[in-house]
Amino acid sequence: MKPRAPLPLPAIFGIPAAIALVTTAGLVTALLDDGLVDALSWAALSVPVLAAAWSWRNRER
Amino acid sequence: MTNRTIRVWTLIHKWTSLICTVFMLLLCLTGLPLIFHDEIEALTAEHTLPPMPAETPLKSLDEAVATALATYPGERPLFLSFDEDRPVVNVTTGPGARPPVSQMHISAIDLRSTRILADLNDDKGFMHVMLRLHVDMFAGLPGELFLGFMGFLLFVATVSGVVIYAPFMRKLSFGTVRAGRSRRLKWLDLHNMLGIVTLMWVVVVGLTGVINTLSVPLVAYWRSNELAAMIAPYQGKPVPERFASVDAAVRTAMEAAPGMRPQFIAFPGVRFSSNHHYAVWLKGATPATNRILTPALIDAETGAFTDMRSMPWYMLALRLSQPLHFGDYGGLPMKILWAVLDVLTIVILGSGLYLWFARRRTAQDHAAAPGLRTTVGEAAE
Repeated sequence: MKPRAPLPLPAIFGIPAAIALVTTAGLVTALLDDGLVDALSWAALSVPVLAAAWSWRNRER
Repeated sequence: MTNRTIRVWTLIHKWTSLICTVFMLLLCLTGLPLIFHDEIEALTAEHTLPPMPAETPLKSLDEAVATALATYPGERPLFLSFDEDRPVVNVTTGPGARPPVSQMHISAIDLRSTRILADLNDDKGFMHVMLRLHVDMFAGLPGELFLGFMGFLLFVATVSGVVIYAPFMRKLSFGTVRAGRSRRLKWLDLHNMLGIVTLMWVVVVGLTGVINTLSVPLVAYWRSNELAAMIAPYQGKPVPERFASVDAAVRTAMEAAPGMRPQFIAFPGVRFSSNHHYAVWLKGATPATNRILTPALIDAETGAFTDMRSMPWYMLALRLSQPLHFGDYGGLPMKILWAVLDVLTIVILGSGLYLWFARRRTAQDHAAAPGLRTTVGEAAE
């Protein structure tokens, strides 16, 4: 889990940037249409919540 | 980043957070029930229409306005808005053209019978208290602008938080939560992890909240610029003694804008109209365009069409900031996600506060027993 050498910035911010992008897409798509697009938005907005749940489940005890 | 840069960003993060955290906790807590205000109000209020034959013809808007005025004698009409999915209009009346909200009366009127279904003058209930605490802490415009400034501080705290996330995570993989060592380390990791995953939601909800706090000045600016230009020939004319037919005004507006539907009508003299006009605020017919409102101005004395212009960018920003802040544009699942993200934000705020307390204790120990590691240094190991 713990790399020794300091991580480069892309490694630190890669996943956070992807989550931010997905969140943005989820926030915007639901504005454009109803129905199927809403479901896409729910899936996208679940991503940050699931990432938090995943981190908590895999916490080091 | 040099140590000095990190220290400056840490200070920015610390102070912007410390100043806004208490207010952000208030906003998150009061915002939680507000997300579900439709559902909560449907539980408490009678929402079903009394049964009437399906083909019952609808009465006119003028009759609905007359009903509201008969209920509140001596008042004048201010707004008339249309319900989305039922033949109901909401007529707002008040003692003058721009009374404080507390003196306004809103009547929900069944257009099939012009019977008043309910008065929506809730100024005591739980939801009303939540709303006022959330919008202006019962302090009017100054309170609103103050909360807007707190929202701006939250934005600065978020950005600085992202900057100092990097040195914390130099030797940790994404999502690491070290729960088995000290309590402080566990909460530090949780604070960092929750902060970075909810980043974009917090930024969008925070900044759209800030824009919403600017609604009064933005509308005032629109009224004195865009609107003033639209009604230049009418400048200085007083509010008409008697208003022409509302129904005719709506028909005229809809003829001028085929394919659009009225969302609400602002009567002469109110904030959203001129002194001499009905402003019929029209919305597009598709999901993508029904949030974009276009005001059509109808001479309230003669019923003649005066002008129609699309909204300037800042009014569009204000309009779009509402759904993006409320989370009410994607059904119940979206509201539930909004609530979960809101709770996660509360955890971020609370853990931030806890870390500041714990850090202060460490700093005091540090003064007593030099050689303790710094937060960043410790966290990176």
